[in-house]
Amino acid sequence: MIGTGRSVNSITARRRHPLARFAVVALALGLLGGGYALAAPTGSTADAAVASGKADDVAQGKDLFIAHCASCHGLNAEGTKSGPTLVGVGAAAVDFQVSSGRMPASDPGAQAPRKPLDEWVTPQAIDQLAAYVQSLGGGPTRPAAEQVDPAKGDPAKGGELFRANCIQCHNFVGAGGALTYGKYAPSLNESSPTQIYEAMATGPQAMPVFNDSTITPDQKRDMIAYITSVRSQVDPGGSGLGRIGPVTEGLVAWIAGISLLVLAAIWITAKKRQAHS
Amino acid sequence: MTDNTIDQPEDRVPKRVIGTPPATEAVLKDETVHEAAALPGVIYQDPASARKAEKTVALLFLIAFLAGAGFIASYVIFQVGTIDKTSTSNFALGGTLALALLALAAGITTWVRRIMPKYTMIQERHPMASDAETRETVKETFLAGAEESGFVKHGLLRRTLLLAAAPLGLAPLFLLKDLGPLPGTKLRHTVWGEPTKTGKPRRLITEGTGQPIRAADFNSPGGILSVVPEGYEHDLNALAKATLILLKFRPEEIKSGTNLNWTHDGIVAYSKICTHVGCPAALYEQTTHHILCPCHQSTFDAADGAKVVFGPAARPLPQLPIGIDGEGFLIAKADFNVPVGPSFWERGDAEAEAREKAEKA
Amino acid sequence: MDTPPKAIAGVSTFLDDRLGAGSFLKRNLRKMFPDHWSFLLGEIALYSFIVLLLTGTFLTFWFKPSMGHVMYDGSYEPLKGIMMSEAYASTLNISFDVRGGLLIRQIHHWAALLFVAGMVVHMLRVFFTGAYRKPRELNWLIGIGLLSLALFEGLTGYSLPDDLLSGAGLRITQGVILSIPLIGTYIQFFLFGGEYPGEDIISRFFTLHILLIPGILLALITAHMILMWVQKHTQMPGKGRTEKNVVGAPFYPAFMAKAGAYFLFTFGVLALLGTFAQINPIWLFGPYTPADISAGSQPDWYMGFLEGSLRLMVPWEINLFGTSGGTIPLSVLIPALVPLGIIMTGLALYPFLEQWVTGDRREHHIADRPRNNAHRTSIGISAVTFYGILWLLGANDEISANFHIGLYETTIFGRFAIFLGPVIAYIITYRVCIGLQRKDAEVVSHGVESGVIKRMPNGEYIEVHTPPADDILAHIRGKKEIPVIESGVDREGIPPKGARSLIGRLRAKMSKAYGTDRIPLEEGHGHGEEHAAVGAGERKEVH
Repeated sequence: MIGTGRSVNSITARRRHPLARFAVVALALGLLGGGYALAAPTGSTADAAVASGKADDVAQGKDLFIAHCASCHGLNAEGTKSGPTLVGVGAAAVDFQVSSGRMPASDPGAQAPRKPLDEWVTPQAIDQLAAYVQSLGGGPTRPAAEQVDPAKGDPAKGGELFRANCIQCHNFVGAGGALTYGKYAPSLNESSPTQIYEAMATGPQAMPVFNDSTITPDQKRDMIAYITSVRSQVDPGGSGLGRIGPVTEGLVAWIAGISLLVLAAIWITAKKRQAHS
Repeated sequence: MTDNTIDQPEDRVPKRVIGTPPATEAVLKDETVHEAAALPGVIYQDPASARKAEKTVALLFLIAFLAGAGFIASYVIFQVGTIDKTSTSNFALGGTLALALLALAAGITTWVRRIMPKYTMIQERHPMASDAETRETVKETFLAGAEESGFVKHGLLRRTLLLAAAPLGLAPLFLLKDLGPLPGTKLRHTVWGEPTKTGKPRRLITEGTGQPIRAADFNSPGGILSVVPEGYEHDLNALAKATLILLKFRPEEIKSGTNLNWTHDGIVAYSKICTHVGCPAALYEQTTHHILCPCHQSTFDAADGAKVVFGPAARPLPQLPIGIDGEGFLIAKADFNVPVGPSFWERGDAEAEAREKAEKA
Repeated sequence: MDTPPKAIAGVSTFLDDRLGAGSFLKRNLRKMFPDHWSFLLGEIALYSFIVLLLTGTFLTFWFKPSMGHVMYDGSYEPLKGIMMSEAYASTLNISFDVRGGLLIRQIHHWAALLFVAGMVVHMLRVFFTGAYRKPRELNWLIGIGLLSLALFEGLTGYSLPDDLLSGAGLRITQGVILSIPLIGTYIQFFLFGGEYPGEDIISRFFTLHILLIPGILLALITAHMILMWVQKHTQMPGKGRTEKNVVGAPFYPAFMAKAGAYFLFTFGVLALLGTFAQINPIWLFGPYTPADISAGSQPDWYMGFLEGSLRLMVPWEINLFGTSGGTIPLSVLIPALVPLGIIMTGLALYPFLEQWVTGDRREHHIADRPRNNAHRTSIGISAVTFYGILWLLGANDEISANFHIGLYETTIFGRFAIFLGPVIAYIITYRVCIGLQRKDAEVVSHGVESGVIKRMPNGEYIEVHTPPADDILAHIRGKKEIPVIESGVDREGIPPKGARSLIGRLRAKMSKAYGTDRIPLEEGHGHGEEHAAVGAGERKEVH
C-alpha cells in the first residue's frame, strides 16, 4: 500500500479482461477437441476362431441360446418381432455378433453397438453357440486363422478394394460414418481381423453382404491387411485429429490457430492501466 | 500481459468496468520520467527495468538462435523415406522452426513493450477530399487536354477508334474457344451403350478385382458390388458416368418402381452417380434398402426404383437393363434410357420422354 | 548516437539522390498507428498470405500438375504399385521423400485455413466497429473482393493433389457448374477440356492457383494497404481522440517492431500447427476415381457453408420445355448461389445502404463500439448466425456419426433454423446491446461499484460508487449519435420531398429506427443518496 498510484491487481485485471472469458472458452474447447482426437482406440487381438460341429457343443450351444438369445430370436431361432431368424446366418455371424459384444443386445434399437463382453461370453461359449446356430441351417462359417492373417495379405491391392467397397460408409481409414435414422457405420479400429472378415461375409445389421464368391477370401485378407496396416500406422504429420478429414482441421484452425494469434495480438498491444487521479 | 504491474499496490476500488477494453494510455504515477521527453507523448521506460528486460530479450534471441541451428541440424540428421522417419523428421524440423520463430517473436514483443518508450503521440488528420481550388484546376486541365487532343472535335476519329478496339477486345474470348469441345450429346450416353470390340454384350466387372460377375455367384440377398464396364475399368471419363451399384434382393423385396425386365434373378443395377451433383451414391443399408449419397445425403429407395426418399436429389438413380450371357456372366442389355448424373439445361424431362417411348413400343 | 552509421547514411544518400525518398520518409516514418488488439486481426491474413507464397513456391519445385497415369513407386508402402495421376504421386513424393516436404505442405494448408479465417475475423471487426464508413468504403469493397478470390484460391488449391477427397470436391464443383441454366454444359466442357474429369483440369487449376489468382490477390492486397496507409487507421474512442487526429505509436520504431513480431507469431503458430496437427493426409485418402467416395467427405472450413446449404435443400427441379430441355435444377442452383449471394452482396452494399438510411455523409475515423449501433450489430450477428448454421450443417454427417443424432433430424433442424436462427439472434443481440448501453449510461451517471460497503447513519447499508477513470469515461462518451434523416412535416404540413413516396416513407421509418438513441448518456451523479458517489479523499479512509 505504498505510493499513490493505484493499479488494479494484475491478475484480476487479466481475469476481467474482456477477452478473458473467450480465452477460457477457447481453451476448454481446444482441450475437449484435442482429447477427443487423442482418444482413438487401438485394436484388440484376434480370437482364435475354429468352427466346430461336435454334437455336445451343439447341445450346450442350444442351452446357451435359450438362456441368452431366445427372448428375441425365439426358442428355435425362428425369429420374433424383436429379432430376426438365425436359421442360415451361420457360425460366422454368431462369432461376429457375440465376440464384439453386440449380441446379446441391451435393447432392440436401430443399432446394436460394440460393448464389453458379458461374463459368460468365453471363446468356448461362442464356439458352442456358433455350433448350434450352424447346425440349424448352415451359412457362412468362421474363417481359419491363416485366412485372416494380415501378414499374408497384399495391403496395396486390399486398399483398392477397401476404397471401392468400404470407405463410403466406414471412411477412408475406417473411422466410421453416419447412416440414416440414427444408425452409423462403426469404427473399424477395435475390430479383430476375424471380425472384419465375418462382417463382410455375413452383413451384420445394416451392412451389406460381400459373399466369398464375389469378393474371394484372398481378397478379403488383402483388405484386412490394408485396414490393419493403416490403423496401426503413425500419423507422420502430428496428431491425426481423429482422422475424419477437414471438419476437425477447421475446428483446430479456429480454436487453436485464431485463438493463439488473438492472444498474441493482445500481448503485443496491451498496456498498463493509467491510474485514476 | 503486463508483468510489471504485479507489484503495484492493490486498490480495492476497481477503476475498470468489466467488459470495457483496457485503457490505452500508459502513465503510471510513480513511474519516473528519466530523460527529458523530447517529444510529447513519448515516455521512456525506467532504465533499471529496461536493463532487466534486455536480459530476457537476449535470452529469447539466444533460444531462437539455438532452435534455428537445431532446424539446420535436423535437416542434416533426420532422413525421410519411411512413415516413421518422416514422422521424426517432421517433428524435429517443425518443432525447431516453431520454437525459433516464436522465441524471436516473443523477444521482439518484450523489446517493444519493455525497452522502447511508451507512445501516445498525436498526428493530425486531414479530410480526404482535395480543396475546391484543386478540384477546379483539375477540371480545367482535363477539359483543356480533351480539347487540345482533338478527341472532342473529330467525331470520325472517335468512332473509328472504338471500331478498332472492338475486335481486339473480343479476340481473347475467341482464343478461349479451344479450351474444350462442345458438349454435343455426350452427357446423354454412357459406354454401356457402345458396342464392344468383339460384338458381344458388355460385361459387368467388379471394381477393384477386375473380374466379371457370374450371376449365380452373386447370390447373397443384401449383397452389393461396385461395378465398372468391361474394357473401361480405368477410364475415369467413362467411370464418371458408367459406374454402377449392383444389388441382390430377395424377389419379394422388390417393389413396383423397379423395372423387373431389367433385373436378373433379384439382381438390380443402378447408376452410382448421384443425380444431385454427381458424387458416388454408394452407402447401402441392406435392412432399409436405402442408398445414401455421402456428400449431401440424398437417399434413394433401392427396392423401389431408387426413388428419392430424402435429401436434395430431385430424380431417382437411373436403372440399367441387365441380363446374363451364355456363360452366366452379368451383361448390360442396353444403355441407360435417361442421362445419368447431375441435371443440366439441355436434359429436359428425360424420364417422361423414356416413358412415352416405352408406351409407343 | 548523433549521426547514423556510415553504411546506412551512405546508402540513404545514394537512394535519396536518385529517388528523392527523403520527403516520403519524413512524412511517413513517424506515421501513427493506434493500438488495439483487434487492429491486428487483418495482419493474420496478410502474414498467412506471405507464408503461403513462400511455402507454395517450395511446393511447386516438386509438384507435377499432370493427370497422366503413373504407377506409384515411392516410400509409402500401402500404395505401392497402384495406378494414380502424376499430381497425386508427386504430392506423395513431397510428403514422404522430400526432407521438410511434409512440414511445408502442412504449413501451406494450415496457412490457407488461417488466411481465410484471418480475413473473416478482420472483416467482422471492421463491420462491427463501423470502420467501413466513409472514407473507407472502397477499401471495404477491395476486402470483399479479396475474400471472394481467397475462396476460389482455396478451391483450386484443394483440388490439386488429386486424391479421393479433393476429387469429391471437384466433382461437386462440376455438378454445380452443370446446373447453370443455358450455358452450364458449355462452361463445364470448356473448363474441364471435355467430359469430367478429363485430363486438363489439374494443370488449369494449377495455373489459376499459382499465377492468376495470387497475382490479383497480391495487387489487391497492395491496394488495400496503400489505402489504409493514406487514409490512416481508425481508432477506438478514448481520451484525446477525435475525428481529426490519430493517437498511437509511430510506425518507426514501435509499430514496425510490433508488426514484425506479429508476422513471426503468425508463422510460428503455423509451424506449430504444421508440426503437431496433421492436415490433409492425402496418403490415407487414396488416388481419385469418380467411382469411389469416402464417408465424411468434406470441404475445407471456408467452403463448409456451401456444403451445408446444398445439404439443407429440398428436392426441386423444373423443366421449362418439358421433354425438350430447359432443365433448371433448383436444388443445386439455389443453395449454391443464394447464400453466397446474400452474404457477399449484403456485405458489399451495407456501407451504402447504411448511408442511405442514415443520410450520413460525414467522414468517420473513430470506430463505433458495437453496442452503440445496436441495429448494425444485430444485423451482423444475424448474418453470422445464418452463415454459422450453414457451416454447422456442412458437418452434419460428422455430428450425426460422433454424437449419435439422427442424420435427417440434423437436416430438418437446419431447414427451420436457417430461417428462425437469424431472427432470434437479431432479437437477442439487440437486447444485449441495449442492456450494455444502459450499463454505460449507469456508469456515466452513477459511477462504478467500488466494492466498499458503507453503513449509513440510519443503519442502511449501501455500496459506495466511485466515478470511473477518465479514460473509461472518455471511451464510453465516445458514443456518437447516429443521424436520422429529416422526415417530419414542415410548417405548412408538407413532408419533405424525399419522404413522400413509398420508398421515401420506408426510408424515413428505417432511419428513425436505426438512428434513434434509446439510451442516451446522462451527465452528473443523479440519485446521490442511494449510490453515494465518493471522492478521492473519502476513498482513502476506506483503505
